[in-house]
Amino acid sequence: MHRLYLVPTLIINFVIVLVPALLTVVLAFCNWDGISTPTFSGLDNFRALLADSVFWSALTNNIIWTGIFLVVPIAMGLLAASMLLIVRRGSNFFQVVYFLPVVIATVITARVWQGMIYSPVTGVFGMLDRMGLPVANPLAQPSTALFGVATVDLWHWWGFLCVIFFAALRQVPQEQIEAARIEGASYGQMMRYVLLPAIRPTIMLMMIMTVIWSFLAFDFVYILTQGGPAFSSEVLSTLAYRHAFYDLNVGQAAAAALVISLFGLVGTFFYVRLQTQEGEQ
Amino acid sequence: MRMVESRATLTVSYIVLGIGAFIALFPIALLVLNALKPAAQIVQSPLSLPNPIRWENFTNAWTHAKFSKTFVNSLLLSGTTIVLVCTTCSLSAYVLARKKVASWKIWTFYLLATTTAPIQLYIFPLYFGFAKLGLINNVFGVALIYTALYSPFAVMLLRTYFIAVPKELEEAALIDGATSWQVFSKVMLPIVSPGILTVALIIGLNSWNEFLIATTFLQKADKVTAVIGFYLLSGQYSSDWGEIMAAALIIVVPVVVLFVAMQKRFIEGMAGGSVKG
Repeated sequence: MHRLYLVPTLIINFVIVLVPALLTVVLAFCNWDGISTPTFSGLDNFRALLADSVFWSALTNNIIWTGIFLVVPIAMGLLAASMLLIVRRGSNFFQVVYFLPVVIATVITARVWQGMIYSPVTGVFGMLDRMGLPVANPLAQPSTALFGVATVDLWHWWGFLCVIFFAALRQVPQEQIEAARIEGASYGQMMRYVLLPAIRPTIMLMMIMTVIWSFLAFDFVYILTQGGPAFSSEVLSTLAYRHAFYDLNVGQAAAAALVISLFGLVGTFFYVRLQTQEGEQ
Repeated sequence: MRMVESRATLTVSYIVLGIGAFIALFPIALLVLNALKPAAQIVQSPLSLPNPIRWENFTNAWTHAKFSKTFVNSLLLSGTTIVLVCTTCSLSAYVLARKKVASWKIWTFYLLATTTAPIQLYIFPLYFGFAKLGLINNVFGVALIYTALYSPFAVMLLRTYFIAVPKELEEAALIDGATSWQVFSKVMLPIVSPGILTVALIIGLNSWNEFLIATTFLQKADKVTAVIGFYLLSGQYSSDWGEIMAAALIIVVPVVVLFVAMQKRFIEGMAGGSVKG
């Protein structure tokens, strides 16, 4: 009887996620344009992918992206969260302000940065340029495009981490903090020996999620640069999307999707392990 | 925490927090400021105050982004997703939380793993399948995809609410002769209703803001969501940044108002799965 309670969730999940995911695995070994009958092509898609220099630069970009997001927003989040812990008064106000970028749609965030900040005509960068400060639109240069996009995603993201870290820090036992203070611990010592070790599981979880999400990064790249200029900001998910819906090379898109999933799978393994460990305690 | 901080520490902390607030608010301020200005003033300086305020931006944005159609689509899509997620997930979360089936471990594990499944892993076959079935441009079809996408998160969050309910309540109801369905619907559901509300808020926010699936599966200009309507307006139909920012503001204001009013629930729910005490 209780088994029936699971049925709706699982049916929807199987139809939308599991079956198409298995089909993607099959399609990765097929040649398919989305219309005619797929034909088996062995490892051709993977060979084509590995021979494509854009694939390698996309993979490199994903790795750079992961590196940036493992450091910058986590550091910003931890710093702000520990400051919230110190001041107490007004912490709720700051928390809400930091969280605002998280609740704004990615398309809107992207357009605000594109038009109001980066644009050489309508943006702050253009205004500074006219005032004699030589700042160029980062999205227009191949060398800076990826960082221009990452900055927007950082802005959208760090507040989420701050709020989560603050929630975790508030659960650190009072006595530990008091004891460290009586011993005369400085801010650095307090962080290093008391606070950071205490919220280690939360930081670990956020780092694992960062790795998984970094390989899924899509919205901001697609909206801001479409992977350009000259594929300089292409990431694996935009590459796969382009193959499927612009080149109608679904087989190769599926192959790229499998590569993305491979990285996700490693992260998922650690994520599930961490979550079930916590659950059993 | 009852810490008595020195003035210096407090001052430094507030300065750091203030810089953080400035970073978070600066682009939002630009959004609001320029929504009120004519395009010519924005070109002069995006930082200047609007003089005079150009209210036409909002009426233009409303018609050009087809908001009278696309807002209805967004509401339908978010509403359907919320109803589907809350009904199906409270059922399965209850069963998994109370270990009512022998295979609860497998399914919990499976749903945890799908929380992190990349959309790219299933979107391509799904798209061509939906195209075959004529479900492209159908908001209810997209609601079904969102339901699958957000269910694992919702189940995991609701599960924690069900686990927190004392077992004795359930047992007492069973002794009084309640059927297992009555135990679920009359005893458990009312107790976990705050959790369901939290899930509804977060799922509603996510469906309202979602981009990748909406832009792929909804293509006709009168079938898209408000967010995609804005995307089309800003990408193709308009280069008047005053109008574009006005359209952005129209979409953002209801979300921000709801968020500020319900901040505790939002933050608790979003952090709920991530913070381990």
